[in-house]
Amino acid sequence: MRTQQQTTDEILDLAAAQFKVPRESLSQDDDFFKKLGIDSLQALSLLTRLEQHFNVELPDYELQGVTDFRTLAERIQTRL
Amino acid sequence: MHSYKGNAISWELANGVIELALHREPCNELGTKSLDEFEKFLAALPGMEEHAHALIIYSQLNSGFSAGADLREIYFSTQGMEKDAAAAHVRQLLERVHHVMNTIDACPLTTIAAVHSITFGGGLELALTCDLIIADKTARFCFPELRLGLIPGFGGIPRLKRDIGNAVVRDLLLTGRSFNVTKAQQIGLVSQVVAEGHALRVARGTASQLTKFDRRTAAEAKKFIKPIPYDELRREIDIFCELFALPATEHGLKKFVESTDAQPYLP
Repeated sequence: MRTQQQTTDEILDLAAAQFKVPRESLSQDDDFFKKLGIDSLQALSLLTRLEQHFNVELPDYELQGVTDFRTLAERIQTRL
Repeated sequence: MHSYKGNAISWELANGVIELALHREPCNELGTKSLDEFEKFLAALPGMEEHAHALIIYSQLNSGFSAGADLREIYFSTQGMEKDAAAAHVRQLLERVHHVMNTIDACPLTTIAAVHSITFGGGLELALTCDLIIADKTARFCFPELRLGLIPGFGGIPRLKRDIGNAVVRDLLLTGRSFNVTKAQQIGLVSQVVAEGHALRVARGTASQLTKFDRRTAAEAKKFIKPIPYDELRREIDIFCELFALPATEHGLKKFVESTDAQPYLP
């Protein structure tokens, strides 16, 4: 089973690759809307990628108010 | 008219297949302009059917298949109207939309929705009129209407209930959550899942296979296996109009239309 740190690192890797930003520019406490410059529809495409990568379902109401990678990782971790 | 280039949709008949493209920015919101052009398509359809075996509906926009009804247009077009007039306006719109959806649903051709990314609300309802849904891995589906105080109004629930189990319908309708293509295939909504950007290519391959079959036999098979739930569709219009007249719905629509939230799709 992944640790939460591993989950966080994989999220950061996926986000950097999907939105073509340098991996080293992202950290777990970043606001991903601001840091990636994405809107709600792009956030949904990230959610789709994350669900497929971690093989989980993440109801989007569980992500209400979640804007940073660390909390996102916590939500995913509870479903691994 | 075997081809047409409009502002919201275009179509072309070639090699026995009609391809209907959606291309209204930002994400194929279905409003009266789209509806006008869909009605032109319906008028042209009988003249194309005898030359075609299949109809493919797809989006030319990267943003997705369709984000659904043009809620801003519905909201602003009813502002300032008396309640009864607003309800009558919405009912007239729904009657037109249902005529389009029901005609595509009953079309004797085999119909394929090739979808990607956002396939929400009315967009999902349009896909549900088709016989097959082919989706790429970016596809995401949702009935968000309850978040606005409404139920889906373009025939979504009766058609979804026709195709999949009631428990799943309740989950999707009552939580308003979005779901990915893996889930969509698990519940039987999507017939083929393909790599990102390949839904249209695979739909064309499937349509090409269909051209080998006798047109009348395919039409009879479809008619036999795909009943159209007209009674429930009528009831859906009535419920939608009743809900639309409630203050909570106006509040929900206003909140959505005026939202500057980064996640306006969430309740």
